[in-house]
Amino acid sequence: MGMAQQHTELTVWIGGAAGDGIASAGESFAKACSRSGYHVFAYNSYQSVIRGGHVCMHIRIGTHKVHTQGDELDYLVALNQDTLQRYGKRVMPGGAVFYNTEKFQAAPAQVGKGVQLIGLPVMELVGNQQMQNTALMGALMQVLGLDPAAIRELVKERFAKKGEEIIKANLNAFDKGMAFASVKAKVGEIRIGKGDGKRRPLAGGNPMVGFGAVAAGCRFYSAYPMTPASSLLHWLVKYAAKAGVLVKQCEDEIAAVNMAIGAGHVGVRAATGTAGGGFALMTEAVGEAGMTETPVVIVEVQRGGPSTGLPTKTEQADLFQLLGASQGEFPRVIFAPRTVAECYDVAIQAFNLSEKYQCPVLITSDLYLAERLETFDGVNITNVPIERGPMVSSSNGNGYRRFLDTPTGVSPRALPGTPGTIYTSATDEHDEDGIVISDVFTNPAIRVKMMSKRMRKMEHILKELPAPTIDGPQDADLTLVSWGSTYQVMLEAMEVLKQEDLKVNVLCLRNIWPFQGEQVAALLNKCKMTMSVEANYTGQIVKLIRMETGISIQHHLRKFDGEPFEPKQVADQARTILKTKPKTSVFASVVSDEGIPADFSPIENPAVGAEAQRQH
Amino acid sequence: MAQVKEYIGKVKPDWCAGCGDFGVLNALQRAIAELDIAPHNVQVVSGIGCSSNLPGFINAYGFHGLHGRSLPVASGAKLGNHDLTVIATGGDGDGYGIGVGHFVHTCRRNIDMTYIVMDNQIYGLTTGQASPTTEKDVRTKSTPEGTIELALSPIALALTCGATYVARGFSGENLHLAQMMKGAIEHKGFAVVDVFSPCVTYNKHNTYPWFRERVYKLEDEKHDTNDFRLAMEKSFEWGARIPIGLFYKVDRPTYEDQEPALRSGKALSKQPLQRNDLASFMEDFL
Repeated sequence: MGMAQQHTELTVWIGGAAGDGIASAGESFAKACSRSGYHVFAYNSYQSVIRGGHVCMHIRIGTHKVHTQGDELDYLVALNQDTLQRYGKRVMPGGAVFYNTEKFQAAPAQVGKGVQLIGLPVMELVGNQQMQNTALMGALMQVLGLDPAAIRELVKERFAKKGEEIIKANLNAFDKGMAFASVKAKVGEIRIGKGDGKRRPLAGGNPMVGFGAVAAGCRFYSAYPMTPASSLLHWLVKYAAKAGVLVKQCEDEIAAVNMAIGAGHVGVRAATGTAGGGFALMTEAVGEAGMTETPVVIVEVQRGGPSTGLPTKTEQADLFQLLGASQGEFPRVIFAPRTVAECYDVAIQAFNLSEKYQCPVLITSDLYLAERLETFDGVNITNVPIERGPMVSSSNGNGYRRFLDTPTGVSPRALPGTPGTIYTSATDEHDEDGIVISDVFTNPAIRVKMMSKRMRKMEHILKELPAPTIDGPQDADLTLVSWGSTYQVMLEAMEVLKQEDLKVNVLCLRNIWPFQGEQVAALLNKCKMTMSVEANYTGQIVKLIRMETGISIQHHLRKFDGEPFEPKQVADQARTILKTKPKTSVFASVVSDEGIPADFSPIENPAVGAEAQRQH
Repeated sequence: MAQVKEYIGKVKPDWCAGCGDFGVLNALQRAIAELDIAPHNVQVVSGIGCSSNLPGFINAYGFHGLHGRSLPVASGAKLGNHDLTVIATGGDGDGYGIGVGHFVHTCRRNIDMTYIVMDNQIYGLTTGQASPTTEKDVRTKSTPEGTIELALSPIALALTCGATYVARGFSGENLHLAQMMKGAIEHKGFAVVDVFSPCVTYNKHNTYPWFRERVYKLEDEKHDTNDFRLAMEKSFEWGARIPIGLFYKVDRPTYEDQEPALRSGKALSKQPLQRNDLASFMEDFL
């Protein structure tokens, strides 16, 4: 038996078919680790189209902050043969593969040298195949040498509603799995040091947007189900009664956004959420909110496009849809939170700005950020700032003008129900009283006055946005540039390259619109070399930066296969740029290796399609 | 009782002289006045079209939104502050054409609000194209040889989708129309009033005289408003005789009555924004 190495991190993949309970097992493992004081990052990659719907959850734990799912595989829990075939050879020496010997056979040739094959005869051990995942978790915890207390606690919580019998049976299966591994398997050679004992929250981007909304006093959320925004709907529904949030599933996204606007009009903090396709349907209403100066928050969780595209995959390709949504010109704000904790902060800021400036605020994330599970140090839950802007709660009966022209463009708002301040909010152009000037009295002077009043808000919103910053050394030789969810993969690449004495830093934009042109230009002008890292085909943030600053990012790394960037892919390309210092612009794109032959034919596989249809 | 003049808006209607919508506006002002609802407690929501200009012409809070989207906005407004009397208004193109999906689902929900459709069987603001209620074979600007599609029956649609107060009025029978609207506003649930509101400019077929020759009041024939099957039958009566009046009325719990977030009875817009219970939500993540 070799000496177990002490690592600062390790990675477990749990793979199988949809319906095998992978997300549930993976979440339990992730939560057990976070409760035991480890940093956790979990990403569930649904291999949706191939072989009857394959799912693989990547869980990386560390004694330090882990920014991404990583690139390596130490321990594999294979719930079917396919998982073993795809990933068996990728398991690192010293690692192990766990499987149920009653489900399929595994041969040593299917894994690399120094990798243990740990097969559990589940039926023989616990007498019930339904306990498979729990038994395998027991074996996994034993081989990893992790304290089983946290996972036992989670078993009790998870099955609390199902009664003592079920809890007992599951704990028994877990113990049997542990006992089996303690006799039949060696202690894993890839071992992680002790965590710091701090119990960190573990969450994904969607729940944190939802939590931020609740913290900001949001009381109305209307939506039409669409992957990957549905988990935001689900989180809010779960807490709706407790939080006093009215959650309304609507007939379509057009209804969803218009209901939120109706609620916003009467003074409720209201939001809607969807993916890119649903947002396309909401487009007209974005301008409606802008023109009627109604606060509304719209969450757009990007997935692979175009059109139906890749429903269960990630991409950052909706930036120009958000920037250009709806005809004409009106104030709007766009945020792209970069971390799970930032989803919370951005949600609060979005509700404040939408009321303070009476305009639509768009929050965009993507499947990768929305559906991951990640530990974070916490968020501010005390004295959350609530800013509504000027409100009129009563009138002396004369001269209230709903759309009064003011130095900031913001007109004091009276809510329906207030005596003496009656007005109509119209999508037609109107004057300061709200009287429509479009049809009969079209008046160029009033039109110019009202357009200027509304658009003036943008310069004041700009002053409220936190300054963009560069992470890492100021004197770096290469700056990685992106927006939103690509943030942490760039941070990790930066850390990897630091080990090689290569100086890289990161400029990742959180505030997209109004664009902080002067500040971004000032940061970029100090950079020696720049490389964009974007999960899309055309380089959307690159275009926006050039449009707003005149600065062209020099080199480009893109990915549009639906899988998130892996840190190694970013580090490798950054290294190449640093070593070769190319005189002309270098463009590269990367693809993830999912163990599928390039010529794989879905038509020849009878199981294909079922899973692809499942999540839309 | 309030005076009708208290409900007259700042803006004079810009409808064509003789437009049926004048009668609808007058009837609505009369209905609200008779019910003595203060103007500031009324929220009128409309879409786009000639008739959707109505919010500007009545002294009440207004929201003049997008074409076809009055019902979702009105629903959001009512769910957001159920202390308001919410009335959605619009035309047949707005409600039965581009917005018909919302109409179907709003009927199912039974939110306590009123929907008044000024049905002129034509697209007026866009100068005379066929609408969903244009009768078959009628020639319009977009159907020079006559419409090919059948006309939709708003009353039948409202009934099958679950509206709990379904009535029809005629702009030329103003007092009767006001009574239909009054009943709709008083009704606790989703009330639909489809109104024959002739377009004197673009619909030369369904004119005032055309309707006067045909309409009769259901009340005059001792119609049983509790009888769903009879209401369905009457909803398809079209030709020599066309019924107006209350087709059907039923009491059913409203959406607001059943919504968990409204159990306290306090309107969402009146709930505090600052919370002190956030730590309890954080537990979910630990």
